Amino acid sequence: MTPPPLQITCKEFAELVTAHEDGVLPERDRIRFESHSERCPGCRAYLQQFRLTIGALRSLPRETAEPDNLDELTRTFRDSEPPAQS
Amino acid sequence: MGAFDGNEPLLVAALRRREEAAFVALVKRYHSLMLRVAYAQLNDVAASEDVVQETWLAVIKGIDSFQGRSSLRTWMFRILTHQASARRERDGRQIPFSALASADAVAAEPSVESSRFFSRDHGPRPYFWVSDPREWPEDALLAAEARSVIATAVRQLPDSQRVVITLRDLEGWAPGEVCEALGISDGNQRVLLHRARSRVREVLDEYLGNGGR
Repeated sequence: MTPPPLQITCKEFAELVTAHEDGVLPERDRIRFESHSERCPGCRAYLQQFRLTIGALRSLPRETAEPDNLDELTRTFRDSEPPAQS
Repeated sequence: MGAFDGNEPLLVAALRRREEAAFVALVKRYHSLMLRVAYAQLNDVAASEDVVQETWLAVIKGIDSFQGRSSLRTWMFRILTHQASARRERDGRQIPFSALASADAVAAEPSVESSRFFSRDHGPRPYFWVSDPREWPEDALLAAEARSVIATAVRQLPDSQRVVITLRDLEGWAPGEVCEALGISDGNQRVLLHRARSRVREVLDEYLGNGGR
């Protein structure tokens, strides 16, 4: 007997990763995605690469900057009117 | 954001009391991000700086009426997006950013180059990997060089993808916050994010020496 079909192709799998990670795949697609992943080493590796990519993006150092006129903005803030009654 | 990080009610209360330290912390925390988000919508450094200035003034003016129905940052970036789209209109650009983002989402290319899969009419394995991807070493992306490859890949993404991946992954915002801040649909933000992540993964795969395999 031939093994059961994987139901989604590897090409489809690659399109569904973010929706899967966000937990927004409909139940049926989630089951297909996960059972494909169990049976397909290539897609398992792809998922691992994708997750490492997300992890690395999340750990990039944060870029910072401040406006040239921060002092002036801060004065504007300080002198701005709070509402008449609090 | 120093003492206020993660405690938004405290921060909002301090801003309402006009505590300068709270305001300065807020500006330092978000000014760069605002510039990048504005630039993605305007493609013009000077115009982006103007719009971010206008946004800070609007935040000062509006903080007392901020209702807390959305997060403070979502509220601020919604103001920014409104200011940017007003600016786009004033500059004679007919198409709002949200429409561009939506067109980009519709036009998104496949996540993985088609040549990596067998063709549709390939007998037993249509659309399966021609040659399986291989796992990366877990620590492969910790090197400073890898980080700079990632940062460059992000910078080179199309505007709509770059702004979404910046908010979702670099800043860790929730999908709903990104949609609200940019005025785009949940589906579109996810397509743009997915395309952006896929491109960064592809660049990393090439960097790690697996390109084309």
